[in-house]
Amino acid sequence: MLGFNALVSIALVYGAFLFGVAFAAERRAAGGRDGWLRSPWIYTLSLSIYCTAWTFYGAVGYAARSGLEYLTIYLGPSLVMIGWWWLLRKLVRIGRVQRITSIADLISSRFGKSGLLGVIVTLLAVVGVTPYIALQLQSIAQSLDVFAARGEGGWTAQGGGSAALWSAVGLALFTILFGTRNLDANERHHGIVMAVAVEAVVKLGALIAVGVYVVWGLGGGASEMLARIDASPIAAWEQSGGRWIGFTLLSAGALLCLPRMFQVLVVENADESHLATASWAFPLYLALMSLFVVPIAVMGLEILPEGANPDMFVLTVPLSQGRDGLAVWAFLGGFSSAASMVMVATIALATMMSNHIIVPLWLRSRTGGAMMAGDVRAMVLTARRVSILGVLGLGYLYFRLSGGGTALASIGLVAFVGVVQVLPALIGGLFWRGATRAGAATGLLLGFAVWLWAMFLPSVGDGTAIPAAVMRAGPFGLDFLRPQALFWTGGLDPVLHAALWSLALNVAGFVGVSLASFPGPVERLQGAQFVGVFDHSEGPGSWARGAADAEPLLVMAQRIIGAPEAQAIFANHAALQGKEGRLPDVTPDFIRTLERELAGSVGAATAHAMIGQMTEGVSVSVEDLIAVADETAQIMEYSNRLEQKSAELERTAAALREANAKLTALSVQKDGFLSQISHELRTPMTSIRAFAEILREGGLEGAEQDRFAAIIGDEAGRLTRLLDDLLDLSVLEAGQGLLDLRPTGLGGVIDRALDAALPLRDGLRLRRDPALDGVRIVTDPDRLAQVFINLIANARKYCDAAEPELRIVWNPAAHAVDFIDNGSGIPPDQGRVIFEKFSRLSDAGKAGGAGLGLAICREIMTRLGGGIRYLPGQGCGVFRVELPQVAAPLGIEQPVTG
Amino acid sequence: MADPSRPGTRPPVFLARASYRRRRLHDTARLAPLAAAFLWTLPLLWPHGETRVSAVLVYLFGTWGLSVLVSAALARALRRSERDLDTSG
Repeated sequence: MLGFNALVSIALVYGAFLFGVAFAAERRAAGGRDGWLRSPWIYTLSLSIYCTAWTFYGAVGYAARSGLEYLTIYLGPSLVMIGWWWLLRKLVRIGRVQRITSIADLISSRFGKSGLLGVIVTLLAVVGVTPYIALQLQSIAQSLDVFAARGEGGWTAQGGGSAALWSAVGLALFTILFGTRNLDANERHHGIVMAVAVEAVVKLGALIAVGVYVVWGLGGGASEMLARIDASPIAAWEQSGGRWIGFTLLSAGALLCLPRMFQVLVVENADESHLATASWAFPLYLALMSLFVVPIAVMGLEILPEGANPDMFVLTVPLSQGRDGLAVWAFLGGFSSAASMVMVATIALATMMSNHIIVPLWLRSRTGGAMMAGDVRAMVLTARRVSILGVLGLGYLYFRLSGGGTALASIGLVAFVGVVQVLPALIGGLFWRGATRAGAATGLLLGFAVWLWAMFLPSVGDGTAIPAAVMRAGPFGLDFLRPQALFWTGGLDPVLHAALWSLALNVAGFVGVSLASFPGPVERLQGAQFVGVFDHSEGPGSWARGAADAEPLLVMAQRIIGAPEAQAIFANHAALQGKEGRLPDVTPDFIRTLERELAGSVGAATAHAMIGQMTEGVSVSVEDLIAVADETAQIMEYSNRLEQKSAELERTAAALREANAKLTALSVQKDGFLSQISHELRTPMTSIRAFAEILREGGLEGAEQDRFAAIIGDEAGRLTRLLDDLLDLSVLEAGQGLLDLRPTGLGGVIDRALDAALPLRDGLRLRRDPALDGVRIVTDPDRLAQVFINLIANARKYCDAAEPELRIVWNPAAHAVDFIDNGSGIPPDQGRVIFEKFSRLSDAGKAGGAGLGLAICREIMTRLGGGIRYLPGQGCGVFRVELPQVAAPLGIEQPVTG
Repeated sequence: MADPSRPGTRPPVFLARASYRRRRLHDTARLAPLAAAFLWTLPLLWPHGETRVSAVLVYLFGTWGLSVLVSAALARALRRSERDLDTSG
């Protein structure tokens, strides 16, 4: 007979073997030879952690009590796997694209990287799963007690309790060793996954071995066995439809929401195509796991004494027949189920706790923010290790406190209903853009509260957490709040009752608040990326160009993901941007990439917050918002186009109105111009005609004849000048005529103008600024000289001072030449009109011109790119000729003296 | 089902026949879990008391096996169609 020492030795050897397997897998992966470690078969086997000790031992017990109902726990997940095209495909894609680290991270990331939601889901998971871990420890203790109960080897039932403690210590060690080797949760834990795969084979093999022994060794073949089933106490088919459908849906939801399942399904997924294989291979695994459950249960009921614990039939049936080898195999199978569940669940919970609770708190406690946070990497790893110890410690504590009694038996379903509270937010977040953070938080909290009240607290034990009176009559006598008969629905099965009310209020809160609230920009962005993950997997990022430099970002990244990895990311991105060196430009694209990398280590919310500190706040670019508004993008674009069109039309109409006004004004001007010009032409014509007629009549003296002929000549000359000016003006106004632009000295132009206007320098004293000689400009010197001539001639004509004087001064600030005479200036009311055509100050005779001079000057200066102005209110006549600014090489030179 | 590539047959009505097939394949993949769910709830309608539990057991595992086979075939077809899509651009 098998003694205690032998059994413990076998367990220890098995544990050492798992250590070896995990270690070898890590070595292979580190050496890059991880080809078959990433195969779809390993992936499928790692999913087997769904089958915990609760199902390994408990399924037989469940079948012995309730017949075929245990199958619902396996049929639900099978449905989800077969329907992978609906949901899992999307979930896995999102997990990969967004670098999701846990189910809490998924919910937090979907709803705007919300820290609060991460905390809620984490707490829910810890409360829901800790008892489940306790259940695994209990199963190890119980299975050892089965061997102990035979009273051999000198150990007592108390041995089971200490075995649970040592198992917990061993599992913690294993998990810390292989589960926290790397920080990035997206990097697969090859050691753990490999150990889980081996355990999957061991537990399936064990159950099938016991089953085959029961059917063909004890039962006498398949048809004989079916007959025994029909003769057994569970032969009647009395299945309740509500429980059948309810539990199937519940276990289907649990497959998606259990933190450990999310870990292996999504986080540890190396390749989306593995899902295709798992979609049929995992249902096959589940079918095989449950195939022999009923035969074992029936045989146990048949051959074991009344009152034997049906939960341990897998062990006690072979033991009762003296099949110790088989029993040990079954024990190892049960141990494997418990161990793999505990390891993966602990990693998943520890990741959630460190990323969503410990690290954010720690960062907040640091005043300097992410920059001054020191070695974040080491801190996060420590947080994760402490969390692992904490989770396992909590599990062990729960196991001790609950006394390891029968209260734990129902904990599997309790945990299922608890974690399924995440399902509405999960499904809504994946398929409904309208789901908001407020809605998700409301739904989760409502569901969590109802679950605690209606299921979790009552499950701790009758009268322990909730007094028996409250259970019977409700709190404060409110009988519609009785934990197991909410709203007078006491007729329901307790599990269905809790699931129904928690999920119903959860969904109602989630949908109702979502409909009523308005999401923030990051929420909308994440919503668009999650719901439309197949449309834009490489979707737009959420960071506009921030104030961050690449260097502090690199310093921070090194602290989180390690120096070589961070430097590699930066260098790669610099190369992508086509930059030399190792620091890329801080583009939104780069920040998005970096944030995803960080999210793989510390979760989306924390990574977002850290990057946010560095880049000074959250901002969403216009492109992002367009992507967010995918559903309305087309409408928006259409209305934008309409708006553009209407704006264009408005502009056209405005332009037309303006053109019309201009044409009207022009036509008025033309009328004025024509009457003006006919007047101007008529005056000399009249005198020419008069004197010509006098001359034709004859009888004049020679001297008189000469005088009249001279008058005719003068008047004809005036007409010619007028026509010349008009021609000149029309050419200038039409923009015709080429300008002869060239670098010119301003002094030379002035001198030429003086020579032309005052050849004898008489009648006007001149003071010429020597600074003019140093100014060089690019202009048409002939045209400019024409302007100057006009101004000098005007000064000579109009200056009313006793001793007329003209100063020509260079004004460097205005880049202009000022012509300042000492006369009384132009009356203010006329200052504005002097540049108009045919405006003349005093009588025409004195000016001897047609009043076009300044109009021409203005046109010339406009065409040269400068301007001409009369500066009023100076007490004297000041005309300013502004010259166009020119490029530096042609600019102002120092006047050359000497 | 007529083979559209056989010479002498009329040209197919749908020009994008491959993508049409692919979309129907996706529909099949979506319908598969509904069919399985129907099969697995069917025993609830069988008369209580008279039905032998062994018959239900055999029926459930039979349909389970069938579902595994169908979804294996579907997974194969889906993977192939995705691969064709990738290579044909």
